[in-house]
Amino acid sequence: MDALYGYSLYFVSLLTMGGIYAVLCLGLNVQWGFAGLFNAGIGGFFAIGAYATALLTTAPSARHIGGFEINTLVAYGVSMLAAGLVAWGVGKVCLRLRSDYLAIATIGAAEVVRLIFKNETDVTNGPRGVSAIPKPFETLPEPWNHIAFLAIVLAAVAIAYWALQIAQRSPWGRVMTAIRENEPAVRAAGKDVERFRMEGFVLGAMLMGLAGAFMSQYLKFVDPNLSDPLTATFLVWVMLVVGGSANNKGAVLGAVLIWTLWSASEIVTGSLPDEWAVRTAYARIFLIGLMLQIFLQKYPLGIFPEKRPRPPRSERDANAPVGSK
Amino acid sequence: MYALYDFINFHFIPGLVLGSIYALGAIGVTLTFGILRFANFAHGESMTLGAYIAWTLITLTGWHPIAVLPLAMLITAVVAVGIDRGFYKPFRAAPTIMLVIASFGMMLMVRSAIQFSWGVQLKSLQSGIQQPLILFDAIRISPKHVVIVGAALALMVIIHLILSRTKMGKAMRAMSDSPELAKLTGIDTEQVIRNTWIIGGALAAAAGVLLAYDTHVETMMGFQVLLPVFAAAILGGIGKPYGAMIGGLIIGLAEELATYPWIGDTPLVSPGYKAGVAFVLMIGILLWRPSGIMRGRTF
Repeated sequence: MDALYGYSLYFVSLLTMGGIYAVLCLGLNVQWGFAGLFNAGIGGFFAIGAYATALLTTAPSARHIGGFEINTLVAYGVSMLAAGLVAWGVGKVCLRLRSDYLAIATIGAAEVVRLIFKNETDVTNGPRGVSAIPKPFETLPEPWNHIAFLAIVLAAVAIAYWALQIAQRSPWGRVMTAIRENEPAVRAAGKDVERFRMEGFVLGAMLMGLAGAFMSQYLKFVDPNLSDPLTATFLVWVMLVVGGSANNKGAVLGAVLIWTLWSASEIVTGSLPDEWAVRTAYARIFLIGLMLQIFLQKYPLGIFPEKRPRPPRSERDANAPVGSK
Repeated sequence: MYALYDFINFHFIPGLVLGSIYALGAIGVTLTFGILRFANFAHGESMTLGAYIAWTLITLTGWHPIAVLPLAMLITAVVAVGIDRGFYKPFRAAPTIMLVIASFGMMLMVRSAIQFSWGVQLKSLQSGIQQPLILFDAIRISPKHVVIVGAALALMVIIHLILSRTKMGKAMRAMSDSPELAKLTGIDTEQVIRNTWIIGGALAAAAGVLLAYDTHVETMMGFQVLLPVFAAAILGGIGKPYGAMIGGLIIGLAEELATYPWIGDTPLVSPGYKAGVAFVLMIGILLWRPSGIMRGRTF
């Protein structure tokens, strides 16, 4: 019975982390899947959201600024705004250039964000990080506190998924797809391409900021390593590419699937003898990188390929090839 | 007077050393960006790989880092060509952003392979402390630094000769300037691409070995210089190898000079933010003149 309880708790934590990654992955899906923008600094926006919530909701401490003990929902909003604002700044410089520049600038922005959190010790307590971050419902008895937090994360995933599904089918979403597929045509149609790109980039970054807010509460601790390019950026890319770019369902399920693989493989490598544990941990990164390459080359559409909204019935009949029903 | 010597000893000379290392790295980035049209995120890991290969060769033979440099460059170049075959070639006809994603994945794969094979402890290419050379009683130059700048300059001269005097070098520059025109004149594009990886990989290895010779061998060293190297390539103008050399020197000098106390007694930029200098310069150049100093390509 105890073993079963342990497994259930592991399952809850797996779903919570999977849910946080699903929010990140939905954010990347708006940027890459919808708008075709390459963000190599997901970790930066994630860390901004995490620190915003951490500094706003903690009790006063001599080690960092804060002590505002702000309401959690407000903190989520501020986290999203902060990440969106930084994205706006980066986008302002880079969105008019080709996507490679945006990739370089975002990886740089993530590094600078990490430097700021590391060096501004008066504000953030530097490399030692911010601890004792309050987690919603943590006063509930075990295991209900974990389940209640999971419910918040899953609700956020559901709302984001639902909103993005509507956005993708809306005129806004169709323009985004059109920009990605044929930019000159969209320009010729008189659409402000830069504005649409900026909206997609900022919206995606806001979701990443929200994921960061959840992460800071889940871990109850943040430090500058939160923007680690491996766990915060690379894994999210693997999730989206494997799950299926431009498909929200693919983004969510890819996140849960890859996180499960990542977490389960850590249990395997962690149980090996010490001299092997460290090395196989790196082999694990290599294999997940290889998985990304295989999907990119052989299955570029991912497990759930992009689904185009179907045109209205009248147009469908008119365009149907002769002889088909 | 002391202030001037301090400036030269602690800021200007380290800046030149770092700058020549960045320059070597940036040449490879600018060539792949110009010829294959994508920002190669795995370039920093080629530098790391070169440094680790050199460490192994030194451990096996006991030779000086400069003596094993050619072999380390050769092995890294072979690996770079192999990676291109396996992971980049399938995307030749695809949108180049796919290559950026593939190289981003490659960055983590190469690094984890290095961590798997060599472990994560710091290593050094040469043990012991060297007596600095003293000029005019006050300027102190470490012999290491003379070797690094000398080797980097020699490699840049070789690259200049290859690019300007050989047929292949001309083909590479032609493809970097205008791929469509280059193809029309019957240039073997696959061969040009292969040579780009050979030169880029070899120079990355050289940059990595020289950086490791100056500091130490570490698995994150390539990632840490990736941003300055990109900044140098953009500053010099994408596709312009000479621009990359100038850009590298400027970024290296700027990083070291930024920590000099220009105003008052405190460093202008706190040393903790040294890594951010390249980023700020890069954003500046993207805003002010995205084509860079040498009027390279903008996409």
